[in-house]
Amino acid sequence: MIETITQGILLGGLYCIFALGLSLMFGVMRLTNIALGDQIIISGFIAIGIASVLQLNIVLIGLALLPCAYVSGYLFQRAVLNPTLSRDPVPSLVVTFGLSIVIQNVLQELFSANPRSLDSGGLNTQSIDLGGGFVIGVLPLIIFATAIACTFGLQMLFSKTSTGRSFRAVSDDREIAELMGLSAKKVYATATGIAFCLIAIAGLFQSMRTTISPADGPSLLLFAFEAVIIGGMGSFWGTFAGALILGITQQIGFMFDPAWGIWFGHLVFIIILFIKPNGLFPKTKG
Amino acid sequence: MNAKVVTNTANSKVGISIAVLAVMIAAALPYWGNPYWMYEFVNIACFFIFAMMWNLLAGYGGMVSVGQQAFFGIGGYTMLALGNLAGVNPFIAIPLAAILAAILAYPLSKLAFRLQGGYFAIGTWVISEVVRLTVANIEMVGGGAGTSLTAFRGVSRTFRQYTTYWIALGCVVATIALIYIFLRSKQGLALQAIRDSEVAAESQGVDVQKMKLAVYIVAAFGCGLAGALYFVSNLRISPDAAFSVNWTAFGIFIVMIGGIGRIEGPIIGTILFWAINHYFSDFGTWYLIGLGVLAILMTLFAKEGIAGLLHKHFGWDVLTTKRIFKAS
Repeated sequence: MIETITQGILLGGLYCIFALGLSLMFGVMRLTNIALGDQIIISGFIAIGIASVLQLNIVLIGLALLPCAYVSGYLFQRAVLNPTLSRDPVPSLVVTFGLSIVIQNVLQELFSANPRSLDSGGLNTQSIDLGGGFVIGVLPLIIFATAIACTFGLQMLFSKTSTGRSFRAVSDDREIAELMGLSAKKVYATATGIAFCLIAIAGLFQSMRTTISPADGPSLLLFAFEAVIIGGMGSFWGTFAGALILGITQQIGFMFDPAWGIWFGHLVFIIILFIKPNGLFPKTKG
Repeated sequence: MNAKVVTNTANSKVGISIAVLAVMIAAALPYWGNPYWMYEFVNIACFFIFAMMWNLLAGYGGMVSVGQQAFFGIGGYTMLALGNLAGVNPFIAIPLAAILAAILAYPLSKLAFRLQGGYFAIGTWVISEVVRLTVANIEMVGGGAGTSLTAFRGVSRTFRQYTTYWIALGCVVATIALIYIFLRSKQGLALQAIRDSEVAAESQGVDVQKMKLAVYIVAAFGCGLAGALYFVSNLRISPDAAFSVNWTAFGIFIVMIGGIGRIEGPIIGTILFWAINHYFSDFGTWYLIGLGVLAILMTLFAKEGIAGLLHKHFGWDVLTTKRIFKAS
């Protein structure tokens, strides 16, 4: 049982990285990125592609991917998403949903439906023996540590830096923030750039930890979303906790019956949504 | 000064007359067309009804759902269970299945309505996934692999095809007519007020929550109807087909291309979708990439869709829901 819960917590770390990207964009500009899961998968495929062509070390691939992700996120926001933002949620949802379909089918065309994974140089098989036959994988531990670092980093970014202040300002009141000299469009683009970095990290880890295939995106989006709602909107540590809860529940579900693991996770999400609509750790305003 | 409120436009009268004639010709299709056309019409009719419901939700109710396939699948599976397990005639099971979808929409709305905007969209998707996974684990209806509708054993193929076709045609006409009548009624006006501004509508005495719930339930009924009809025609069901998010994807495509928030929108969108589907669906992934790109471009550059563009440039307004104030 302890082993299952540990596995669940480590899985939750990965879900946390998925969820932070969603939470960040929603928090800053009330935009729901339906293509999030597919963007994670495409990052994984890009990493696999680079690895197979250039034979680089995965750490180098990761470092090369981040600036590319930031720039593509920034440009994507400026060129495509900014024009869709308005009081009406339809345009941004349709555009990101359409993008989700396009990414899935482009990947299908390029890579076929076969699952692939990124060769982590044996990292995914290494483990630490904690005594008593209790073993923890090195890769899940690295992922978990990264999740904590990302959560901490975002929280610091929001509370301590001027970029974070501009995020909060446009989120609270775009028009007043613009009167104060901020350009909401640039602020949004910066936020999406950072969100894309998180997406790239998520894709790298997902493709190392397990196999990825072109149609996997939507389920990752749903996990990210569930983590955000379980944790409560508006707080990154809440999202972190929500992701752990989701990871643990799914692992327990898998332990009882592999066919019901995901279902069990969804069920817990629904129960929490029903009894605590604002999530378990909502950020109180004021 | 005399004044009156006009609810018809010149081309709305012409348009409706042409439509009545077209329906009469279509009703006789089994006597002049070939059986494949009937089959294709039934399939496209299901897409159309689904899209009309999505338009009602998103275009009028302001609720963007990515989970309407939940009700489509519930409709299909209820029809199948009634037919195969309870011995109900599948044609009679179609409306029963739609009613069950509408009933289930009430408890599901309690969950979905806790979320707003984009999170409502993903929340409805989760709900639909839960229903899919649940159905996939029920062995009585075939589990994950699905099953076939066997209740038609002993029914002649011609009778089945003709009846399915007429039911589909009836459903299409009823969907258009009922939504048209509804949107022109007092409640319809209230719904359009909500679309324009929830706060303003509420301050005028519109019960926004009740109205949204009503729309959600009606949309569930329509999607359930489409689902039951689709699988009566196709005879084979599986959880992946019945609860596929592609239903919503096609629905969104039809509405965005045709024109959101207009009754003509899904009609134009469906005709276009039929043509694209007919000629390009063999291209598989490229076909879907094309649909996705087209929906994105349309949303970015012509949000009002084809029906909106026709209205803007030519003043066409066939199924108008406007009330025009004319002083005389």
